[in-house]
Amino acid sequence: MLRYTIRRLIQLVGVVLVLSLLLFAWMRLLPGGPVSALLGERATPESRAALTKQLGLDQPIIVQYFKFLGRAATGDFGVSTGVQPGDSALEIFLQRFPATIELSFFAIVIAIAIGVPLGYLAAKRRGGWFDNFSVIGSLIGVAVPVFFLAYVLKDAASVGLGLPSQGRQGDINATRVTGFFTLDGILTGEWDATLDALEHLILPSIALATIPFAVIFRITRAAVLDVLDEDFVRTAEAKGLTAQLIRRRHVLRNAMLPVVTTIGLQTGALLSGAVLTEKVFSIPGVGQALAIGFERRDYPVLLLLIIMATIVYVVVNLLVDLSYALIDPRIRTR
Amino acid sequence: MALLEVRDLTVVFQRKGEEPFRAVDGVSFDVEPGQTVGLVGESGCGKSVTSLAIMGLLPKRGAKVTGTVSYDGTDLLKLSDREMRDRRGRDLGMVFQDPLSSLNPVVPIGLQVTEVLERHRGMPRKEAMIEAKNLLDKVGIPDPNRRLKEYPHQLSGGMRQRALIAIALACRPKLLIADEPTTALDVTIQAQILTVMKELVQDLGTALVMITHDLGVVAGLCDEVNVLYAGKVVEKAMRHPLFSEPRHPYTHGLLASIPRLDAARGEKLTPIKGSVSDNIPWAQGCAFAPRCPNALDVCVQVTPAEEDQLGRLLRCHNPVVPGTPAAEEVPV
Amino acid sequence: MTLGVSKKEKIDDLAESAGVSLAASAWKRLRRSPVFLIGAVIIGIFIVVSLLSPWLAPHNPSDPMLIDQVVKARNEIPPPQPGHPLGGDLQGRDFLSRLLVGSQQTLIVGVGATLIGLTGGLILGTLAGALGGWVDSTVMRLVDVMLSLPSLLLAFSIAAMFAKPSQFTVILAVAIVQIPVFARLLRGSMLAQRHSDHVLAATALGVKKGAIVFRHMLPNSLSPVIVQSTLVLATAIIEAAALSFLGLGNPDDRIPEWGQMLGDVQNVFDTHPHLAAYPAICIIIVALGFTLMGETLREALDPKNRR
Repeated sequence: MLRYTIRRLIQLVGVVLVLSLLLFAWMRLLPGGPVSALLGERATPESRAALTKQLGLDQPIIVQYFKFLGRAATGDFGVSTGVQPGDSALEIFLQRFPATIELSFFAIVIAIAIGVPLGYLAAKRRGGWFDNFSVIGSLIGVAVPVFFLAYVLKDAASVGLGLPSQGRQGDINATRVTGFFTLDGILTGEWDATLDALEHLILPSIALATIPFAVIFRITRAAVLDVLDEDFVRTAEAKGLTAQLIRRRHVLRNAMLPVVTTIGLQTGALLSGAVLTEKVFSIPGVGQALAIGFERRDYPVLLLLIIMATIVYVVVNLLVDLSYALIDPRIRTR
Repeated sequence: MALLEVRDLTVVFQRKGEEPFRAVDGVSFDVEPGQTVGLVGESGCGKSVTSLAIMGLLPKRGAKVTGTVSYDGTDLLKLSDREMRDRRGRDLGMVFQDPLSSLNPVVPIGLQVTEVLERHRGMPRKEAMIEAKNLLDKVGIPDPNRRLKEYPHQLSGGMRQRALIAIALACRPKLLIADEPTTALDVTIQAQILTVMKELVQDLGTALVMITHDLGVVAGLCDEVNVLYAGKVVEKAMRHPLFSEPRHPYTHGLLASIPRLDAARGEKLTPIKGSVSDNIPWAQGCAFAPRCPNALDVCVQVTPAEEDQLGRLLRCHNPVVPGTPAAEEVPV
Repeated sequence: MTLGVSKKEKIDDLAESAGVSLAASAWKRLRRSPVFLIGAVIIGIFIVVSLLSPWLAPHNPSDPMLIDQVVKARNEIPPPQPGHPLGGDLQGRDFLSRLLVGSQQTLIVGVGATLIGLTGGLILGTLAGALGGWVDSTVMRLVDVMLSLPSLLLAFSIAAMFAKPSQFTVILAVAIVQIPVFARLLRGSMLAQRHSDHVLAATALGVKKGAIVFRHMLPNSLSPVIVQSTLVLATAIIEAAALSFLGLGNPDDRIPEWGQMLGDVQNVFDTHPHLAAYPAICIIIVALGFTLMGETLREALDPKNRR
């Protein structure tokens, strides 16, 4: 298990290096690039050349890349040119990371809390109207563009339910401890701050949860259908166990493996979806920074954030793989 | 009164857009307390469906069960789902064919034994664990304390089946149904498992319904035998008369197709020709007629009725004459 | 973001469902499946409309014929009126015509992205699966790097790397993301077949390696590829909209595309929600159509479901 983990982590380092080199090279090769971004299109050739030299952009790419790696090792990933011009990329990431984690966490909790029970129910009532209805619903769920749904929720639900239509901003007067709005309120005893933060999170997390929910629902349904056909479920029935016990101990515990895999893979959908959702709800998170970064071609920030997203994604999926051992003794005792 | 009285049990499977299929067609038999009764037949003859119908384990949708299954005077088919749950595992135990897939792979053996004790005998977990250890000991699993903590994949096939028997007998049910309990096991293990079952049902006074296609199992275990063909009992007799004088051509054929150690060298085995797919519906005559060496014209015109002949039930227009040797009777 | 088929294990599962022998029984079940038929009808209508849209559209979609009714200061756009049942858009162009003609570009985005993704995946996957050895491990390392990124984020990043976005860069960004998916799918299916009886038999008969790959192995990998392609058609259309929303789409809107129409009106969503709602509904229906077909195809081709 330990060797496996180490091998996966080494793989992760390789992936990050290759990916960063590819991103780095491509960004440097682009016409325009950071110089135009900093100086604007109408800068004089002299000032362009000066800045190019100052930024070291006249050197071969591989040299630039190793210099970049050297600086990156000290935490210097460059300076933002578009998202928050002048701020360091790492600072932008650290500032914005908690808000995105908070949003993604609530979204995945919603997706699991609704997706797993609904998937189980649909499987139990296979072919019934509830099953058909929710399967079609989940298919529609993945067909709706996330940002459109976010706008619909923002406009319709915020008016109808009186919920805040914007994400919680960073400039409010609540004590900050961890950077997580909800957690800070609990830690400092400022309950109204926590409540307020939760209110701001409801609509964005619902919007972000749709696709993971739809996928988790369908995988749960399929996994439960498979398990219900198993002989050991029939054995459990033959023992006369209560329906609840059979569901919990015999059906769900066995159906968990594919569901947990899916939850891991859906963090990818969360990270991508956060870009869109945070833009719609103006949430000051990593996703918003990526959205602005894409629009304004802020390469230092994009490079760092994309690599960070990859690391988060790979690590989450590594944790998922490791958690198999907890769920399945066949892996643990091998 | 018999412990279990199955009367006119019929199971019809109906899937949307398909012809309904009668898997079990008016099966009746009794099981006296402590008695061992065999249900014998080829795969697809309805023997497993019969056992699942008795246990109330057929899917609610798609399977229509009629007739009566009275256990100690109560018709099990009329019980609610909850009432049936209370009885399964307590009054009726069941052992299945494939011991690996019949055990939950992610739950330790111990818990799979204790959960039934907790459920039906109201034992607290600790007490149930001690009882589980005794049960594993009784079915001949060595080092039971270690095995309780292990998972099914860590046990051998024979060990798993012993564990399943321990689970089925945990609450000392009056009736145990065993559905091909030895089919998935090695021949040497088969004998061990059968011995364990035989001893336990004798010790506990449990009645046993043994479902099998293996006449060797029947010969070693059963008091009375029901031979099923295409969902109907075609012959029912006590073990000795059935083996010494099979009357139904199907039973006769089954016995003739077993290799015998005492047969003369060069004597050929005589298989039953054709397969279940050659059957005609019972409504048109005798389902076995197309494969039957004794078939007459009447066999494909009139459904044979069940007749009582000297303590044996027979459903045949032209039964085998007692004493007919198998080899000449069923030419290949 | 396809339905849970997005990553490695799922792709491999799908690869195992290969087999031409399934086709007949699958088709039999599909014809009776109402869900598949609904999907097929939706897609049928979509294709017919997009092919005929130049004749169906009452007006030129790029002609700002109602520009005099657009009042920027008061946020007014042309309302529905005779000859213009859906009114005009922000530039005073006939909205109905734009929706109708938009179907064509949407189809091009979907089909183009799928074809490019499929071709790329076909080349990489066939090379890796058929040759094995170092080719296989090199290709699969590359595939792993690409799959290490959340797929939509990868599409955003690729699109952001083109200095001058156009319809083509949108298609390319969406397509490149699918290359590793198809490559893995084909490789898995090829590997599964390399030791199968029909390939061994062909080898024993002295059939050349190339012929084995193209005549025996590829055709048998077809069914999972068809399923995945159908699902990618839906994904591509949705992802193209997300690209436009982030300003990474085609800035030239003379010839409209639904995703572009939807992404471009984000600033007037509050005041003119119908400008977003119509293209959004079109996208949802078409994506649903492809998804319904893909999912029922997958179910029909799954050997587990064959009875």
